Amino acid sequence: MTRALVLLRRRLIGSIFVLLIVVIGTFLLLEAAPGDAVDAYIVSTGGDAGMIELLRHRWGLDQSELTRLANYLWALLHLDLGQSVTFSRPIRDVILERLPTTLILMVSATALSFGLGSALGIYAGARPGSFRDRFLSVASLALYAVPGFWLGLVLIVIFAVDLRWLPIGGIETLASDRTGLDRAADIAIHLVLPVSALGFIYLALYLRMMRAGMAEAWRQDFVLAARARGLSRRRIVLAHVARNALLPLVTMLGLQSAQMLGGSVVIESVFAVPGLGRLAQEAVAARDTPLLLGIILTSAVLVILINLLVDIAYAFLDPRVGASEAGA
Amino acid sequence: MSGFTISRRTMLTGSAMLLASTAMPALAWAQTPKKGGRLVLAADSEPRNLNPAIVASNGVFFISSKIVETLAEASFDGKDGLAPRLAVSWEGATDGLSATFKLREGVKWHDGKPFTSADVAFSALQIWKPLQNLGRTVFKDLTAVDTPDDLTAVFKFAKPTPFQLIRNALPALSSVVPKHVYEVGKIEDNPANNAPIGTGPFKFGEYKAGQYYRLTKNTDYWGKDEPYLDEIIYQVLPDRTSAAAALEAQEIQLAAFSAVPLADLDRISKVPGLKVITKGYEGLTYQLVVEINHRRKELADVKVRQAIAHAIDKDFVVKTVFLGYAATATGPVPKNDPQFYAADVPTYAFDVAKANALLDEAGYKKGADGNRFSLKLLPAPYFNETKQFGDYLRQALAAIGIDAQLVNNDSAAHIKAVYTDHAFDLAVGPPVFRGDPAISTTILVQSGIPDGVPFSNQGGYKNPALDALITKASETLDTTARTDLYKEFQRQVTADLPLINVAEWSFISVASDKVGNIANNPRWAVSNWADTYLAG
Repeated sequence: MTRALVLLRRRLIGSIFVLLIVVIGTFLLLEAAPGDAVDAYIVSTGGDAGMIELLRHRWGLDQSELTRLANYLWALLHLDLGQSVTFSRPIRDVILERLPTTLILMVSATALSFGLGSALGIYAGARPGSFRDRFLSVASLALYAVPGFWLGLVLIVIFAVDLRWLPIGGIETLASDRTGLDRAADIAIHLVLPVSALGFIYLALYLRMMRAGMAEAWRQDFVLAARARGLSRRRIVLAHVARNALLPLVTMLGLQSAQMLGGSVVIESVFAVPGLGRLAQEAVAARDTPLLLGIILTSAVLVILINLLVDIAYAFLDPRVGASEAGA
Repeated sequence: MSGFTISRRTMLTGSAMLLASTAMPALAWAQTPKKGGRLVLAADSEPRNLNPAIVASNGVFFISSKIVETLAEASFDGKDGLAPRLAVSWEGATDGLSATFKLREGVKWHDGKPFTSADVAFSALQIWKPLQNLGRTVFKDLTAVDTPDDLTAVFKFAKPTPFQLIRNALPALSSVVPKHVYEVGKIEDNPANNAPIGTGPFKFGEYKAGQYYRLTKNTDYWGKDEPYLDEIIYQVLPDRTSAAAALEAQEIQLAAFSAVPLADLDRISKVPGLKVITKGYEGLTYQLVVEINHRRKELADVKVRQAIAHAIDKDFVVKTVFLGYAATATGPVPKNDPQFYAADVPTYAFDVAKANALLDEAGYKKGADGNRFSLKLLPAPYFNETKQFGDYLRQALAAIGIDAQLVNNDSAAHIKAVYTDHAFDLAVGPPVFRGDPAISTTILVQSGIPDGVPFSNQGGYKNPALDALITKASETLDTTARTDLYKEFQRQVTADLPLINVAEWSFISVASDKVGNIANNPRWAVSNWADTYLAG
């Protein structure tokens, strides 16, 4: 347990610096992008010079960059994410409204790609070089090469337009006033396509890692020993080979979480899912700097947390890792 | 079925379709309107401020025009192209210093309070004039609104103001909001901006960010037996391909504002149960325009501008970029405008040889590499068509020895580059014609506009004769004389080419056969939909 605590303390201190760099970096990047929130807004309205000046003043855009950054950081210190200029609402509320959706999407997609990917990897790696091994490798690579939006659109055309088994988008049936289990089931049905589109893309990664790990493990002495002990093939595959190949996958899980967040931007747009990814896209188009900073900050915290969890899990699974970190 | 469900082929046979469509009589429907039902339609953006009195834009009207009404709405067959809404009659004084509106009796706000002339006075003076994007220009000389009784509002102007302009501005600029809701606190921060309260056939229900807007029937609506629908749901579909899929899957019954891309229309028109409708947007005509930076010495030469105009094959643009869903343009007023359009203007036929000759004459000979000079070309990113026309224009310019370098930006960056930084030589823009040249057309060529004003002359063009004509027209009260001045305006603009008008287009709706009373006025998508119904 102390091992985990040491790791936690170490990570927390490092994280604060990471977050500060993320905030300042994002702010500067957004400032470097031409056009501000008012430019983005007047695209759809037009307006005269007086109105534009009025808007810039109202949204605080007539202050210098440095003042705005300092104000933002000062507010952040008080755990205040500020006010969104396009939504005219506190950013904390806007993000909290979207976060659960993205989390459900990410967790389900990760579970799908990790679960199915490693299972298929075990299946393929149980007989390296066999037909099923080669077939699965090629098929999963093909999936990995497919752009997310395209996979999403194909799924929509097949399952929502032609077969009409599943809804084409959204997170739940519109204005249906469902509650409780009924609503949960409704959300689950709506999630099938987006989760599949997001999850299938990353499935190949886990499959191939699992397979490679297993191919490696087959050559290890303990597998030879297990064979010599006369264990069944099934037992050797599951208890000895697969179990050892599983470890690097856990690391991958942490690294993957950041990519998953990126992938959800596209998938959320295609399936009209009201999540954080789509919000980020809208915030960039609207040049809503504080909103985007809030989203990126939330995502960064999320990724840091997931990686921390992965490391803690890893420390338990493989004593060597934790010992070296804690002892250093 | 009615006569306006047209296939692409019939559309292609005459690009004057836009012109012809305004002349069509009101359509008789075989079906009888039915009560009840929920209309679900696609929305591609989520306006944050839903107050149409402050933000007069199509994105806002699309939703809020069902909740908040204007004094009058555009009409195919009404007098002066108008149909009464909150006002039942209107009259301008001969001296142009006042305009009198008689208001509708027995109208109630959604919160039950009566609608009176005080609401009109408040909206005009406290919102349209100081805050509204378009009203700040049109109502700039409005000084007072007298309310002799509850049903009469008399607008007073400091300077003679043409009543024709006020009349033409009514459909878009005259949204009336309740005084009793807005008189307390800052108007811009009023919660009713996000949950509007109006007099319209539908009440604001709820908004789930990223998901939908719900409007519900106003059972106290002043229109007899209206509205027909119980509910309208705007489903937010940010991806442009999903509206077509949602229509095919019968999850939505309507996609307005060209939510279905032009390239998909041919296929979707063949889907049983769906119809493609090109009518109902005549009052929302967009113009495809080449904006020119006259600070470039080459472009300051009218011969070079004429050469560019001759290099553009407008018919080809209509056929390939717009797939036939557009009309070629002759000048700064679209052909389908019933009041102001002038056909007798200088035109520039597609003629590459002539364009080359004009450039030689102007002294820009081709170099050894076949190029005369290079230009920076910025197509506006707001529409697929403006981007595609940018690609076409680059090729068309190459044919006359002008090397155009495309610069692609997103919306905010494009607005800043063109209208604030003037970092362009040529730009492709889609200005909107709003029924009167004085609302948003003359500023495209007028000089003296401050930097940073979008959709205005930011190309440094200065023509004292044209400026004088614009000023004179803005002060001319007589409708015929004023109309003639704007016809002269079109002739001068097309002769000197401060900008080049290429095509005119509007939007397309795709709807289920069940949706009735579609497209029955020139601003249908942004009108109140009191008579829209769903057949069983």
